[in-house]
Amino acid sequence: MKERLVQLEVLRYNPDTDTDAYFQHYEVVCQEEWVVLDALNKIKETIDPTLNYRWSCHMAVCGSCGMMINGDPKLSCHTFLRDYEGVIRVEPLTHFPVERDLVTAPDDFIEKLTRVKPYLIPKKPKPISEGEYRQTPAQLKRYHQFTLCINCMLCYAACPEYGLTPKFIGPAAISLAHRYNQDSRDGGRDERQEIIASKEGVWECTFVGACSEVCPAHVDPASALQQVKIASSIDWFKEHLLPGGGK
Amino acid sequence: MAKSNKPIIWFPFAAGGTVIAFFIPVIVLLTFLAALGYVPTGLSYDSMRAFAGSGLGKLLIFGVIALSLWSSAHRLRCTCYDFGLRADKLVANVLYLAAGAGSIATAVFLLRI
Repeated sequence: MKERLVQLEVLRYNPDTDTDAYFQHYEVVCQEEWVVLDALNKIKETIDPTLNYRWSCHMAVCGSCGMMINGDPKLSCHTFLRDYEGVIRVEPLTHFPVERDLVTAPDDFIEKLTRVKPYLIPKKPKPISEGEYRQTPAQLKRYHQFTLCINCMLCYAACPEYGLTPKFIGPAAISLAHRYNQDSRDGGRDERQEIIASKEGVWECTFVGACSEVCPAHVDPASALQQVKIASSIDWFKEHLLPGGGK
Repeated sequence: MAKSNKPIIWFPFAAGGTVIAFFIPVIVLLTFLAALGYVPTGLSYDSMRAFAGSGLGKLLIFGVIALSLWSSAHRLRCTCYDFGLRADKLVANVLYLAAGAGSIATAVFLLRI
């Protein structure tokens, strides 16, 4: 198999000993078909065991190895070395606080995700004896794409609005709220709207579209957010212009 | 958390965006052709004036111009914000007032036909 010497410039930061983050240069022999994560693993195994980063599945499913690669938010397990020339710069996901080296703290995203109630809230209690919920292929299609989110947070790193306004609930959380709002089994839309139709919700989005460009699962969060804007606008006009709030 | 009143601004913006995407390229093309002297009979001065003189014509022309102005004003406001111009209230007031003034001027011109 063909091998190649790969040069990486990796951001290092240890809160116990470093006052500032710095770049460390590594040179490592890699196989041609390897991804950036393979190179990091080889560095950790053979050169520098102190290097910290998150990963788990190595197949773009778990969403834990997101990092900035030459300035773009990417899953390192999904980014092939052969697509890069020269020194590859690897940094932690931007817009999130760095815990150590390439490891960031996802707490803000998790808190927002929890707030939008990303789970089925049934319209009314349904005992198991009544059988399963049934859905037509058309009903499934309304939300299926948005179920593919792997919570990797690349869209938050790509979104300039999240960078400017950290209170913004952001692409993935709003897309997942939309996923449940679109589900025929769900009755929780009013509860979610209180969060996502607020100023810090969907209205912070200016439709830059970077979220959809970087999404490794092809969820198209920008589309979800535009759909939420239209639905929220219709709600607003119903609530303010129709007698009885359109209920 | 209270629901936002942003739809008042966003809905005409979205409508204007749709108008800009579908109508403005056609209008630019027709105006360009007219400038080169190719005027189809349906778009001659007399028939266009008659169109602008009718109630439906006035409404359509006003809708296209006012929504396009509003949409452009809001898009420019968002662009300013994205580029880091944080005086959002001032930017919004200036741009929306300009769009409003343009819409009022359009209405005045149309009503005088």
